[in-house]
Amino acid sequence: MSMLQIETDPAGMDPTAVPVAPERGMVGRSPGRLAWERLRRNRTAMVSGWIMLFLVVLGVSAPLVELLYGIGPYEQFQDRIANNSLPLGYLGGISGDHWFGLEPKLGRDIFIRLVYGLRTSLLIATSAAVITTAIGIVLGIVAGYLGGWIDAVISWVIDFALALPFLIFALAVMPTVTARFYGPRDEIDVPFRIAVMILLFAMFGWTGTARLVRGQVISLREREFVEAARASGAGLGHILFRQLLPNLWAPILVTFSLAVPGYITGEAALSFLGIGIVEPTPDFGVMISNSLDYMDGDPMYLIIPGFVIFLLVLTFNLFGDGLRDALDPKSSR
Amino acid sequence: MLRFLIKRLLLGALTLFAVSLVAFGMFFMLPRDAVATMCEKNCNAERLDRMRDELGLNDPLFDQYTGYMKGIFVGRDLGSAQGGRCDAPCLGYSYTNGEEVTDIFARVIPVTLSIVIPAAILWLGLGIGLGMLSALKRGTVFDRLAIGFSLTGASMQLYFVGGILLIVFVYTLKILPPPRYVSLWENPLDWAAGLVLAWMALAFLFSAVYARLSRAQMLETLAEDYVRTARAKGLTKSKAYGRHALRAAITPIVTIAGLDVGGALGGTVITETTFGIQGLGRTAVEAVRLGDLSTIMATVLISAVFIVVANIVVDLLYAVIDPRVRLS
Repeated sequence: MSMLQIETDPAGMDPTAVPVAPERGMVGRSPGRLAWERLRRNRTAMVSGWIMLFLVVLGVSAPLVELLYGIGPYEQFQDRIANNSLPLGYLGGISGDHWFGLEPKLGRDIFIRLVYGLRTSLLIATSAAVITTAIGIVLGIVAGYLGGWIDAVISWVIDFALALPFLIFALAVMPTVTARFYGPRDEIDVPFRIAVMILLFAMFGWTGTARLVRGQVISLREREFVEAARASGAGLGHILFRQLLPNLWAPILVTFSLAVPGYITGEAALSFLGIGIVEPTPDFGVMISNSLDYMDGDPMYLIIPGFVIFLLVLTFNLFGDGLRDALDPKSSR
Repeated sequence: MLRFLIKRLLLGALTLFAVSLVAFGMFFMLPRDAVATMCEKNCNAERLDRMRDELGLNDPLFDQYTGYMKGIFVGRDLGSAQGGRCDAPCLGYSYTNGEEVTDIFARVIPVTLSIVIPAAILWLGLGIGLGMLSALKRGTVFDRLAIGFSLTGASMQLYFVGGILLIVFVYTLKILPPPRYVSLWENPLDWAAGLVLAWMALAFLFSAVYARLSRAQMLETLAEDYVRTARAKGLTKSKAYGRHALRAAITPIVTIAGLDVGGALGGTVITETTFGIQGLGRTAVEAVRLGDLSTIMATVLISAVFIVVANIVVDLLYAVIDPRVRLS
């Protein structure tokens, strides 16, 4: 049993990759610890990690920010909007009271709407990433370990799902699903829209993780520790989730961290096209979609939300890259 | 080669069949009341029922499916409310537009192709070129710039880039007309001027991905023994890298490019919406907004056809580039 425990060290992603032999006077470092130290030395990853953390905290604590800032996301400042529906003042009405200016026509504060938009976006993206990763892990591990016809079926479904055009399919699914639950003139609840979007991402997003996990499991399943577990009478569930899964955390963590920015982009795109979040809920995609009407007179209305979502996606991507480099030093970018 | 081609075509047909089943099943899930959104003003129960009858919604599911498929291959009669006889390839009738879906598509598909094809040539050329060059000049300033470019592009949003391009070129510098579509055969210069911003936006985003991929691929290939051997035998740099390494490095990229047609189609949906160009993508978005189900269904099918055909073409290209594929 003790040999098994070494092999399935929960923090270890590849037991053979990092041999840690305690030398004289030195403390043995676990693979997880080594990865963390590598990550900390990567300046790009650390800086983007901090910015990312800042944006996440800002989004999560949106009501608190509203309290401190003193302006709500639905408040309208019509007295600061000119007759041509553009905000008064320079750069889209940026001032001490309205840090990022005001929306044309309705005169809502852009800063607080961005903070709330951050929250919507992160909520959808992280839940979608958690669900797709979970589905991907289970199906990938089952397909890879069991092989045979189960593997064949799961692999075919993966190939089929990859052949479907996501955005076009999303365009088709949104109205059909909402028509199923709501009448043609009913107001559609925001939580329902969010749930459908997460469902859509879940339907299409699990394939990548499943493929990756399947490949890893195929290379792991013939290893001695799996054989030893099987020989000592371990059940299928134990082998899959107690023996194999702990060896897969590193690649799973990397795909998860790179999936989140993908869903942030996807959510904004769906809302931009009018099939995700809709007015008056604050959202990046909706804001940019609205801003296209005012590009000539108020370019800041496009530039500010566009830049914030760019920063969000970029920092997530850079941090994910850094995580991969730290967890798998052999991989080259 | 012929056997390979036939096998590939059959597999493609099977995938298309599965897609049509899924799409059809999805629309069957609809409650009957969805017809009400299509019904014009002064709609009553009798009219509604007649519409359902004409749409064939009262028939069994199997008959509806075979009827639809029959329409695509040999054409069918849609009834007086839907413009009567509909010749093959019949994709149904759009109530909201008051014309056959096939006619709408005949109008908008050239627009989408005019956006995608030049953009794809741009992004493949730019992306692969940039990636290969930065691999060869690894560690130099050029390489760093290329990495920065691809990181930025990979995190950018199409509509943001599109909007910035519009603000700069159309509203500030005023050197380009607002985006629009003019037929290539009518006036090639107007055609290019109206679409160049769409190409640029798409090319910037997509080439970032390809630059990154081809850089990694080229670096891997350059480390192979046969490339070193070729150099050791006295081949010039350009011959060893250009002929030996490039060919090996480009094969996986061709595959990815083929698999990416779905992404490119999604890209045009956003591009067309951003620039207000009426192509397949914008038509689909409008159809969703108006509840025009026959157009949405047809869009799904057409996109799937594009994707499947692209995959077949890629597999054939692959077989041409890499002889091992043909033999296995």
